[in-house]
Amino acid sequence: MLGLSAKDTRFLLIVIFLTLATPLLLQPFPEGSAMAQFNAGYPDLMQKFAIYGIFAIGFNILFGLTGYLSFGHAAFLGVGSYTVVWMYKLLGYNVLPGLVLAIIISALFALLIGFISLRRSGIYFSILTLAFAQMSYNLAYSVLTPITNGETGLQVYGNDPQILVGANSPTSPHLFGLVMRDSVQLDVGGWLFTFNIGYYFCAVIAILAFYLSLRIFRSPFGMMLRAIKTNQTRMNYTGLNTRPYTLAAFVISGMYAGLAGGLLASMDPLAGAERMQWTASGEVVLMTILGGAGTLMGPVLGAGFIKYFENIFSKINDNVLHAWFAVLPDGLENAVVAMIHPFVGKGWHLTLGILFMLVVIFLPGGLVEGGQRIARLFNRKKKSKGPGTGAGGHKPKPAPHVAE
Amino acid sequence: MGILEVKGVNKRFGGLQALGDVNLSVKENTVHAIIGPNGAGKSTLLNCLVGKLIPDTGSVMFDGQSVLGRKPHEINQMGISRVFQTPEIFGDLTVLENVLIPCFAKRDGSFRMHAFETVSAEKEVVAQAMHMLEDVNMAEKKDMHASSLSRGDKRRLEMAMCLVQEPKLLLLDEPTAGMARADTNNTIELLKEIKASRDITMAIIEHDMHVVFSLADRITVLAQGTPLVEDIPEKIKGHPKVQEAYLGQSHG
Repeated sequence: MLGLSAKDTRFLLIVIFLTLATPLLLQPFPEGSAMAQFNAGYPDLMQKFAIYGIFAIGFNILFGLTGYLSFGHAAFLGVGSYTVVWMYKLLGYNVLPGLVLAIIISALFALLIGFISLRRSGIYFSILTLAFAQMSYNLAYSVLTPITNGETGLQVYGNDPQILVGANSPTSPHLFGLVMRDSVQLDVGGWLFTFNIGYYFCAVIAILAFYLSLRIFRSPFGMMLRAIKTNQTRMNYTGLNTRPYTLAAFVISGMYAGLAGGLLASMDPLAGAERMQWTASGEVVLMTILGGAGTLMGPVLGAGFIKYFENIFSKINDNVLHAWFAVLPDGLENAVVAMIHPFVGKGWHLTLGILFMLVVIFLPGGLVEGGQRIARLFNRKKKSKGPGTGAGGHKPKPAPHVAE
Repeated sequence: MGILEVKGVNKRFGGLQALGDVNLSVKENTVHAIIGPNGAGKSTLLNCLVGKLIPDTGSVMFDGQSVLGRKPHEINQMGISRVFQTPEIFGDLTVLENVLIPCFAKRDGSFRMHAFETVSAEKEVVAQAMHMLEDVNMAEKKDMHASSLSRGDKRRLEMAMCLVQEPKLLLLDEPTAGMARADTNNTIELLKEIKASRDITMAIIEHDMHVVFSLADRITVLAQGTPLVEDIPEKIKGHPKVQEAYLGQSHG
């Protein structure tokens, strides 16, 4: 189906199902229960999952396939956001023109930055992209204030032209009347499910983005990119010009980043320079490595993990901890709370950092590799129970598939 | 007129004259070996042929066109493939993918944005690659990681990657360097098979006399950057100048 093998079609269907069912799946605990704060099924966070998922999928096309580590992808995120907000100001709150333009402008921007940065590889490439992103960030803060509105951030004002706005157009981002912030809430026996239009809009685009990346992974083009990561010398002496391949990968991933930035502004009509800061560039690197660089699902998992920690773990403060451990005797309760304290609330970065270190040391292939190892463990158990094991055992070890 | 014509090539690295007035002509469908002691300029000459170095003066004509100033990938597209001293393969890719890449390079040129095709749907290319793997007896290893192959198999794979492009000229840079005698013999057998089974022109840079005399139709002896003699193997063997170059000469 859709030019995919049976295995990939099944994989895509699972991804589509998981994406569409996210509002149900991320709401496992009934409202009002002690565990309810671990629920992640609220619109703002689900939108972030989808948007940063797109960002990481795109980044993975560059970093995961070609091995070129860009430290400046947040610049494209910012460009996308500014473009969309400008379209709000000039045309109106329909997100479509802004998103299309965000992709185009970030592609042009990526073409320029990529053309220059890809003259070098390795650490020098990383430094060049970092320099470009920091330049963009500082320009957005200072010199380019007429375009970016500097520190205040770009937003829509009452006196903006908004030439396409009619009398009863929505006054917040929408797609042909479907207002992004609108939600339908469903209360099923204590469980509260929120189906948000903005989330589903992002989810559909994320599925499309995922499908495109799947096609790229399976294409000769994707194979060339993986070959570049392995051996550029052999590429050159095989008659292949590596520069246009890496540049194409850079531009594609820049377009994904621009789209993600545009979607951020589609959910919340604001754009600030901090979106371009180097920490934001670093975040997508973390997401991709944490989930598993070069795998299809890894970056999405990584994005979900980091955003979950950022939003859920950071909300656990001392009061919550005391409530959890209230059954313990007072002295012990305080001791336990004091022990956990540095890892939650404002200390969520510590937990994330430890998790990241554990993954890099013990699972170099990221969370996806962890999943694969567990699956293999189960398979082995199943097989050893079955009859006729060991027969014809010597087979060359197949290379791990890039999917999964 | 040979398929490869090197005329009056000079290359200097600072004060060192690496190549001095090198003339070389490789005829079609022959195996031409270039031998010489260490530091004779063999590798420099090879690098001038593939676009890695540009000679200071002189001309390098391949199939009637100059290769000078062209990039390695352009020279490969003209029909020159190269085998390296240590096999250069795509270690993270499967054996089949390793052979598919040169197939695509041959079909689509140095760059094509084929992002919406599927590798497995390119039946013709896959069949071509599989055929090549069968030729070098590696078909059953097609799904293996190339990096997990034995050294001999890596060499075979690299050879297959070059041959599948049906090059007009195959350059081999010390294909048996650092190999045990058994591996060397295997490589010689492989090269003999290749020579017997298809019309191919090969230029071999080699140190090992055994390899050279079992394969070459013609031999050029290089010493201190200049060709000493060029002749058929039988005549090279006992040539006094060659022995002098290899064994050294006592001055005075």
